[in-house]
Amino acid sequence: MALLAAQRNAHEALMADAAAIKGRSLWEDAGRRFRANKAAMAGVIVLGLISLCAIVAPSLSPYTIDDLDWMNIGAPPSLENGHWFGTDDTGKDMFVLTWIGARVSLIIGVMTTAVALSIGVIYGATAGYVGGRTDNAMMRFVDVLYALPLLFFIIILVTVFGRNIYLVFLAIGCVEWLTMARIVRGQTLSVKQKEFIEAARASGAGPAAIIGRHVLPNVVGPVIVYVTLLVPTNILVESYLSFLGLGVKEPLTSWGVLISRGANSIESAPWLLLIPATCLAITMFCFNFIGDGLRDALDPKDR
Amino acid sequence: MTSYALRRLIIAAPTLFMIVTLSFFMMHLAPGGPFDAEASLEPEVIANLEAAYDLDKPIIVQYGFYLGKVARGDFGPSIIYIDRTVTELLVIGLPVSIKLGLSAMILALAVGGSLGVIAALRRNSLTDYAVMGVAMTGIAVPSFVMAPLMSLLFGVVLKILPVASLEPRGGLAEALPMLAPITPYILPVVALALPQIAILARLTRGAMIETLRQNYIRTARAKGLGQRNVVWTHALKSASLPVISYLGPAAASILTGSVVIEQIFQLPGMGRFFIQGAINRDYPLVLGIVVVYALAVILLNLIVDLMYGLLDPKVKVE
Repeated sequence: MALLAAQRNAHEALMADAAAIKGRSLWEDAGRRFRANKAAMAGVIVLGLISLCAIVAPSLSPYTIDDLDWMNIGAPPSLENGHWFGTDDTGKDMFVLTWIGARVSLIIGVMTTAVALSIGVIYGATAGYVGGRTDNAMMRFVDVLYALPLLFFIIILVTVFGRNIYLVFLAIGCVEWLTMARIVRGQTLSVKQKEFIEAARASGAGPAAIIGRHVLPNVVGPVIVYVTLLVPTNILVESYLSFLGLGVKEPLTSWGVLISRGANSIESAPWLLLIPATCLAITMFCFNFIGDGLRDALDPKDR
Repeated sequence: MTSYALRRLIIAAPTLFMIVTLSFFMMHLAPGGPFDAEASLEPEVIANLEAAYDLDKPIIVQYGFYLGKVARGDFGPSIIYIDRTVTELLVIGLPVSIKLGLSAMILALAVGGSLGVIAALRRNSLTDYAVMGVAMTGIAVPSFVMAPLMSLLFGVVLKILPVASLEPRGGLAEALPMLAPITPYILPVVALALPQIAILARLTRGAMIETLRQNYIRTARAKGLGQRNVVWTHALKSASLPVISYLGPAAASILTGSVVIEQIFQLPGMGRFFIQGAINRDYPLVLGIVVVYALAVILLNLIVDLMYGLLDPKVKVE
């Protein structure tokens, strides 16, 4: 027992020594470069605030999403009556609507990207790893899909199968995975040639283990960059659908729904358009700054 | 080159076939049909209607009929626009959409390209930051926000341009009757082009900066060539390559963007017919438009690839 404990102590001491002299990993370098990027850090902070507001802000207002304030229909933003962002043409509080919309828009952005990420990574890694004729056929299929006006397919899917929020996730995600698959496949092809993959194969690892343990961790960089750019794209796609009247349904709302309704009353009540549109634009800015920052931080070419 | 173009055209056929098949089954396998909304119809009437549009036949038979007709260029009758064939509607909508899309594309290239070059030549100057700031805004603010704001400003407040009508109205049409016929298109085209202007400006700037770093540019400068000569004859050609390779996706996003723009500005283009058709389950109309759009995207991509092959000596098109 004592021997084991001593061994463990010795081992821990060794590990501590090793940690003390550890060099900077790629990720630490990237993290340092990212933190030095002011625009990207500002993006992270503002996006954090927006997400926080999306979670807590609706409960701070004296009104709920179902309240119809008959005394204040189409009222402009004001501090006195508690309608900080004004009310819409049914007397609903815009502050609550905007942040509930933020919730839905952000969730849609993240969920659709998660769907696209899962499909794209599995598809791309398989094509790249298997290679040869399978790869050729799989990527040809992606080429064919690329040629399609995909937004039209989303519209067809949503109109035909009903405007259910889960379907919106799936429809957007199922369409936006193509670029992801191409990126992952390209990275996999180049990683596959490396010696450590050969070593893994020589030590008897199966294809699934090699892809999961050795290939994927090495393609994470470009994928992360693409993910930060895909989330805002998908938020925009949902807004676009909502704008056409094909997005999320009442009582749920999203920035696209609010913008679309605001656009109709732009002369009488411009805040109904401007508030959700500003929120959407700020979110887009944040994601783009973060994406650019990540690309600069993770791309070893431009150091 | 010719054989490459031919081969690409031959590949386009199965692509189109896949598109038709996918969209056909997507629309038809879903529950519900085009006559659901009219709840007051007698079952016999619905049966007759469905028979008239072949909707009572098994789906495989319908699919066979449809393929046969499409191969002959006949997209069938529209369901919501009674007494019109899809081809007739395409003849109405296509010119509007083409005018809109093509003008937006040209505008985006001209403005986005020049902004990008200017920003690259004055890198890290105030001009550069201003251009990039505007470009960032163009990317962050979607066209369906810009469009209503622009209509409000130019149509309602300043009363220069007509809003949501093809009638040439407003101050500009009165001041310059020569320009009157194009006034209804100005706002939609600008709204459609803005996001692409932003993306193209960023792309061109990046490509130009990259090119100006190349050794052959230094050589050209060392030979004593002036700035104008270096930029126009030496740098621009190579800097335009990434921009050209983006033209395919740009065309595709202009096509889809025009759906929203046509909706906002009430233009009778393909996009409006598409949305109307999709909401009302007008199968032939939606399928016809998807086929035309897909064909347009395929052809545009082919043209872009061929241009790329002609311009870039490193790419061998075989």
